[in-house]
Formats: sequence, structure tokens, C-alpha cells
Amino acid sequence: MSTDTRAAPETAAPPRGPVRVERRLPRFALVGVYLAGIVLGAGLSALTGFSIAAALVYGVVLGTLGVYLVTRAVQGRRKATDRLVTSLVTTAFGIAMIPLISLVWTVLDKGLARFDGDFFTMSMFRVVGEGGGAYHAIIGTLVITALATVIAVPIGLMTAIYLVEYGSGRLKRAITFFVDVMTGIPSIVAGLFAFALFTLIFGNDARLGVMGAVALAVLMIPVVVRSCEEVLKLVPNEYREASYALGVPKWRTVVKVVLPTAMAGLGTGVTLSVARVVGETAPLLITVGLITGTNLNPFDGRMATLPVFAFYQLTQPGTATQAFIDRAWTAALLLIILVMALNVVARLISRFFAPKTGR
Amino acid sequence: MAKRIEVSDLSIYYNNFLAVEGVNISIEPRSITAIIGPSGCGKSTFLRTLNRMHEVIPGGRVEGKVVMDGQDLYGEDVDPVDVRRQIGMVFQRPNPFPTMSIYGNVAAGIRLNNTKMKKSDLDDLVERSLKGANLWNEVKDRLDRPGAGLSGGQQQRLCIARAIAIEPDVLLMDEPASALDPISTLAIEDLMHELKERFTIVIVTHNMQQAARVSESTGFFNLNGIGQPGRLIEFNSTEKIFGNPDVKATEDYISGRFG
Repeated sequence: MSTDTRAAPETAAPPRGPVRVERRLPRFALVGVYLAGIVLGAGLSALTGFSIAAALVYGVVLGTLGVYLVTRAVQGRRKATDRLVTSLVTTAFGIAMIPLISLVWTVLDKGLARFDGDFFTMSMFRVVGEGGGAYHAIIGTLVITALATVIAVPIGLMTAIYLVEYGSGRLKRAITFFVDVMTGIPSIVAGLFAFALFTLIFGNDARLGVMGAVALAVLMIPVVVRSCEEVLKLVPNEYREASYALGVPKWRTVVKVVLPTAMAGLGTGVTLSVARVVGETAPLLITVGLITGTNLNPFDGRMATLPVFAFYQLTQPGTATQAFIDRAWTAALLLIILVMALNVVARLISRFFAPKTGR
Repeated sequence: MAKRIEVSDLSIYYNNFLAVEGVNISIEPRSITAIIGPSGCGKSTFLRTLNRMHEVIPGGRVEGKVVMDGQDLYGEDVDPVDVRRQIGMVFQRPNPFPTMSIYGNVAAGIRLNNTKMKKSDLDDLVERSLKGANLWNEVKDRLDRPGAGLSGGQQQRLCIARAIAIEPDVLLMDEPASALDPISTLAIEDLMHELKERFTIVIVTHNMQQAARVSESTGFFNLNGIGQPGRLIEFNSTEKIFGNPDVKATEDYISGRFG
């Protein structure tokens, strides 16, 4: 069966012409069409009583439609679909950005009023009207979050190590399942848990910084477990085997090879889990309460924290209402800055601790 | 230093799956024993049972005996960690520890085990091991640089230096040159010739020329079909295996008539 089949295609299909050259639309034409759509949309909205929102909606729809139709007429259907989808995706991105930008803008606008030295150096002790600050709340948030981290990171990290390095079978599946469930626990439940736990021991009046730390730790642990687990899984098995082959016991392999290799990811995960809980309000509201003075001791009485501080400033303003609302906004601004700073720290950690290739 | 390993009736399992069946082999000290065979026949699996690396994989277990120094390595009271300190291993892909320098990689066997050693002694050991792996001249000026920055062939020699730094009696090599270019391969083969003065070497290789070049004895593994266990078909001197093998299957494989 070695008949020559090479001749067959020549008769089957006619030879193709050169690659087609398509007509092209200059860029300014497309931009022009889109802008025309916007202007038309603005005019349309003016008919029904002008508003910026309506003008934008009409404009974007008309602009997209215009670009599609013009492209279709000049360049054909494939290019037109391409442009249509591009504009839809870009519009979706724009819509997604609106709340973010609006939020940051509002908080900056209203929070900067009291973003001054006093806010960072004064507490609310004996302040009933204007002035005062959130020094006590800033310190409280730092102390309680640090304490929560100290509780949550060892537990979470060791759980992750167990899941990746040692666990198998039912126990592993059960832990994974409950960690997943814990990830979805409403923060108020964590707060009630800590409240119930401590009131059992110290009576119904117990309000301690450490209670809040425990509540936050309950929220943090699943996040830490999850992120650390993913990072530890990424450590190639080759390094574990290389270590075993040198006669290194398993626990030393974990401590001296696996953990250092994963250090960047672990640091990032822990930092992001801190960012996750630093702004929690509900659990702190019921476990830590609020005071107007500075309390540095999480084992003795109520403490102030930024989220709860903001909450009370807003809901229980005194006589000088505006001063209280301003302080609430500034506390909110400070929380956003804290979370952003933690994210930056996470990025720095992953950059500086990443294994170096030396190339 | 170099020791003999006697393997008798060794069957290797992954959970209930029999991967390798009934291996009997005697590995001579101060010589290179090559293991050849088609993919999936259990060469690497067999090699990993020699220093109890097989059981690192979940479900990995063996039946039979691996005797070194009159002691069954799979005896009840034997600590696998101790076995691995005496039987070192070099892997297919170079795997220097990414968090450690070149120096740290060679010293890893000492440092990770927290063995106390004077700085000057450790320096000597690192230098000796790197010289033993023919890498000293290339890296002596940058010992504090990351091991991952070396070329593939250099990394593999670094891994060999790391393995011989713990002074094992036996060195297992799992296709140590398969990821390397011919020049690096030659460097590794030359190195093996030097190392066999001090160690018992077992090498798994896909490259039959390599087996013929470097080894004194060769074992040929094969399997009857997919899902069947691998078996040791023939174990003989390398000369005999590549010249006039006893078994037809061996001859077929070596002459390329296999499969």
C-alpha cells in the first residue's frame, strides 16, 4: 500500500490567494465615536432631567454600541465582536473600581479633618466635646491584635504542619473540614464564644483585653491554617527527600528545611491574617468594651480599640456631635491605613525572604 | 568504609500493589553496580528500598531482607534515619537546598543533624567533600553564594558533595546524569570512578552506554506488562551482560529489540 498520495491535494482544493489585507480604522475615529456616544448620552439624559449617573450610563451604552456598529461596517464581524467584548470587560472593571475609589475618597475627605497630632497623642479621658484623640484605642488595637497573633500563629502554623507533613486519613479530613467551617464563622459568634468562656471563669462582668484577643484568635486560626497549608504544600518534595537521604529525622527536616524554604509565604500569610482581623468590631464590642482612658494591660479590665472607638463615636455622640463624627472617620481612616500597611509589609516579606537563586 | 549489601527475596509494595517482586542481588563493595531496565520496571523503587527511602512515600512497604554488615536493614529495631546516615543518595534532579549557600549545602548533613563540629573541622570537611566531587576549583571563591545559582551539572556535583560529606558507606545514585549535558555527564562519570575507591556505588540509569562504561556488575529489571510487578531478570558482570547475556530478554533489551 505505498501508492503516492501526495498529488491528491492539488486537485482537491484550489490554491489560496495571498493573506487578506483588511481595512483599518484609525484610533482617533474609534475614540471619536465613543466620545460622540457619551455626548449623545448626556443629551439624552438631559431630556429626562440631567444627572451625571444617567448621563454616564446612557453614554457608555451608546458609545459601546457606536464603536461596535462602526467597526462592524468597516472591519467586519470578528473585529467588531472583539471590540464589543473589550469594552464590556473594561466597563465591568470600571464599575468594580467605583466603590473602592468612592470609599477611599470619602474616608480620606472626612477623616483628614482630625488626622492631627492630638489624635495620636491624646485619649478621650475627660473629653466630652471637641479635641481628644484615639491614642488609647490605637494602643489597645495594637496590644490586642499582637496578643491574638501570639495565640493564633503557633496553633495555626502547627495545625498546617500537621496537615501537610503528618496527617492522613480521617483525622486530616476532619480537621480540614472544621477549618473550612471555622473560616465562615460570623465574627460575632467568635466574640460570644470568648465571652461565654471567660464569663464562666471570671463572672458576668468580665471585660478583658485578652478576651478580645481570644475571639480574634478564633477568627485568625483558620485563615493562618489555610494560608500556611497552601504554602507548605508548595515546598517541593525533593527537598524533604534530600534531607531524609542525609539521615535527618523528619521533625528536623520540617523545622530546618521545609519551614525556611516556605518562610516568605508563611510571613505573608500571617501578615494578611492579621490584616483580616485588625478591623473586627463585633467580637471586641462584647468582650473588651470601651474606656476613655488608656489601659495597657490586656489582663485587667476594659480596653479601647479603634473599631469599637469608631462605633461609639458614631452611635453615642455627645453634645458636640460633629467632633465625635470626625473622630469616627479618622479612626476609620487609620484602620484602612493599618490594613494597607500590613499588605505592604506582606509584600516586602515575600520579597526579602524568598529563596535566592544568586543569578 | 565501603560495605557489601545482600538483598534476598525482596518484594516491594505500594499499599497492596506489588511493584517489584522477589529480588535477590549481592552488591559488592568498592565497585559500581548498575541497574538498567525500561521505564516503570521498578529500578528507582528498588534503589530507594536500599536506604529505606521507599517508606517515605505513604503506603510504601517491603517484604524480604536487605542485609548490610550482617544486620537486616528492615529489622524491627533498626532506625531508618540511621540507615540513611550510612547509605547516602543522589537524586535524578539536582536538589540543593534553596535556602542555603554552597557551603551550607555541603555542611547540611552535619548542621541539620546538629552534630557538634569545630568551625575549622567543618571547613576542612566542606573542602574535602567539594574536592571529592570535583567542584572545589569552580566554587572555592563563592562558597557563600546560594547553591541554586550554579549550573545544572555543578548543582548535581554539589548534591554529590553533600551526600559524601556525611561519610556514608554506600552511595545510591538515581539517574544522576539524566538531566545533564554530555560534558557534565562525563564529569559525573569520572567522579564515580574516583568515588568507588571509597564507596559502594549503586547507580540506576536509562543510558546503557553509561552502565557499560562505569559499572562492574549490572542488573537488568523488566516487567511482563502494565500492572505486572517488575522483576530482576538477570544480574551478572557488566561484561557478560553486554557481551553474552544468559537470558534472551536481556539480549533483546540491550540490542534494542525490546518491546
